[in-house]
Amino acid sequence: MKLTGAQVLVKALELEGIGTIFGYPGAAICPFYDALLDSTITHILTRNEQGAAHAASGYSRVTGKTGVCVATSGPGATNLITGIATAYSDSIPMVAITGQVSLDLIGRDVFQEADITGATAPFCKHNYLVKDIKELPRIIKEAFHIAATGRPGPVLIDVPIDIQTQSIDFIYPETVDIRGYKPNYKGHPQQIKRIAEAISKAKSPIICAGGGVISAKASEIMIKLVEKCGIPVVTTLMGIGSIPTDHPLNLGMLGSHGVYAANYAVNRTDLLILIGARVGDRALGTAEKIAEKAKIIHIDIDPAEIGKNVSTTIPVVGDAKLILEDLYEVIQLGDTAGWVNTVRDLKDKKVKTNNSKTDDSKTDSSTTDSSRTDSKESDTVNPRLLISMLSKRLNEAAIMATEVGQNQIWAANNFIVRKPGAFITSGGLGTMGYGLPAAIGAKLGKPESTVVVVGGDGSFQMSMPELGTIKQTGIGVKIIIFNNSRLGMVRELQKNKHNGRYSQVFLDYNPDFVKLAEAYGFNSEKIINNTQIEAALDRFLADDKTYVLECVVDPEEPTI
Amino acid sequence: MAKHTLSVLVENRSGVLSRVAGLFSRRGFNIDSLAVGVTENPEVSRMTIVVDGDEYTVEQVNKQLNKLIDVIKIRALESSDSVSRELALIKVNATTATRSEIIQVVEIFRAKIVDVSKNTLTVEISGGSDKVAALEDMLKQFGIKEIVRTGTIAIERGNKYIKAGNNEE
Repeated sequence: MKLTGAQVLVKALELEGIGTIFGYPGAAICPFYDALLDSTITHILTRNEQGAAHAASGYSRVTGKTGVCVATSGPGATNLITGIATAYSDSIPMVAITGQVSLDLIGRDVFQEADITGATAPFCKHNYLVKDIKELPRIIKEAFHIAATGRPGPVLIDVPIDIQTQSIDFIYPETVDIRGYKPNYKGHPQQIKRIAEAISKAKSPIICAGGGVISAKASEIMIKLVEKCGIPVVTTLMGIGSIPTDHPLNLGMLGSHGVYAANYAVNRTDLLILIGARVGDRALGTAEKIAEKAKIIHIDIDPAEIGKNVSTTIPVVGDAKLILEDLYEVIQLGDTAGWVNTVRDLKDKKVKTNNSKTDDSKTDSSTTDSSRTDSKESDTVNPRLLISMLSKRLNEAAIMATEVGQNQIWAANNFIVRKPGAFITSGGLGTMGYGLPAAIGAKLGKPESTVVVVGGDGSFQMSMPELGTIKQTGIGVKIIIFNNSRLGMVRELQKNKHNGRYSQVFLDYNPDFVKLAEAYGFNSEKIINNTQIEAALDRFLADDKTYVLECVVDPEEPTI
Repeated sequence: MAKHTLSVLVENRSGVLSRVAGLFSRRGFNIDSLAVGVTENPEVSRMTIVVDGDEYTVEQVNKQLNKLIDVIKIRALESSDSVSRELALIKVNATTATRSEIIQVVEIFRAKIVDVSKNTLTVEISGGSDKVAALEDMLKQFGIKEIVRTGTIAIERGNKYIKAGNNEE
């Protein structure tokens, strides 16, 4: 059938099984938006294109499908860049469609023209500028293939407006064949045997699970494996949820803002097994030191990650799920009971001292300030306590999204995550303003789940216009704002590394968040100490409607 | 730091050169030279990239290049096992007094003279990069006005070849 370029785009999205997209229209993408009216696809109008990209990311993280965001040319496209870069850093499958000025006008600096393919090249797996409408079906097919396979990531398609209005006989290709892109999924059997041997000989093995375990849907097989062999697990920030937080073998998050038990174990291991983790500096800044004492096994689908930040004893390139399944068949049990007991004790000890000051976690931002908010008679809210209490009331289906900074770490170290995809955060890029739109995407992806977003007053203000998106869609998102009137983590950094010379970290002129929520017609309240938490959470979770809970937090409250 | 020569087969499409160059710049890899041209297959171009770096750098260059969708195949060429050439055009000052000496040097190097004027001679030389460097060195004393170089290109010795398809020896 003869379709215009715009109709081709819409039809192709339908054929790819895309049900929900996020975007913001403009002149150069108008033909697409016109074609959208005749489609069954749900379009969510955000308040900023960056929000559309983050929402697509959140949607993808909870459903496992490819997220789609749409913007117009020029400023619309450039507003997507942060969202695309965020998805790139965390390997989230996403397709971004941008309008572009007419082909004959490209390069003439016309209205709302921007070289978005050039600008996003560092942040995409690949991108396309459509120059011939006959190429469009193949391009869309390839884009979705590239985004979701191998190491997932964003792909951008830039469609000039004249291409959107031209017509072709539409045939959607059945297969893709990209000779420069052939990811390897099956792990080399010899290497897998070597891993099995290494595990059987190790006295103190540790698995470090990264975001790749969740992307590969390898959570179940990993848990089976560690239970069979008795290997403790630590997770990176992106790996949270790959194994339930309260699983006896899960020691918690490692790294500069991680928990004591996890870092203790990693520093004493004789065999570190990295699965779907890219050895980022926050998680494994001391990787080279660890490599001096321990053997390192690195299982990853991206060969470029292996050997990039740490020298590897046994590298295996492939899909985590397939490799772990193969490994499970040949694994031999080692003798790790003593080791497991040691590290488990540390975890329990930490849990007992959870709400007191003795978090003797190894960190470079070590503050041994007493958390004045421990006692019930504190005059501010203890964020860790609130998150713990919230955890206990939420069921297994609940999803937590975080912003970036202290709030992110409080959530990461205190929220009980029971399933993969239940914890969404911007780990690699650390983008403030990610949480609220990502939570919107998450709620639309899993409407039956309670979705809570946790953020600071700084992060919240970066994307608070998206409250309008929530109102327009009528969904219920639970919003917690830890308000310490500071850019918290930066303030802490300045305290520890710049002699307490605080520069531009004061957010003392925040709006009244309760009134702001009311302006949008949402229920909201503000609490100022721990005694109010219980009752506030009752109201917070009473129904499925949006609720904004502002919690006054002490500016001196340490991250860990 | 050692120099490594990579032969990279890429899709012959616009923007590919920019992607490769962009990759090198943002990952901090040092390119000594880059030469690109279409191959016997019009859909495929071949880039010869000389990288300055240690083993870790070269391994990362290789792996990161492979991630680019437009990159089809990469082969590292060992100097012992390949022929490499670079072409240079050198414009050198030449007076009546010095002209014959310059011509002698050019003959010794089996280079060619492609332009002559009252005050200059333009020499064309192709060869391994050390040969080109040696000629440049010899001509320095006369005063080099201008040098234009291509990058290094290289091809494996013997039967082996690099093709975009799956068969190769």
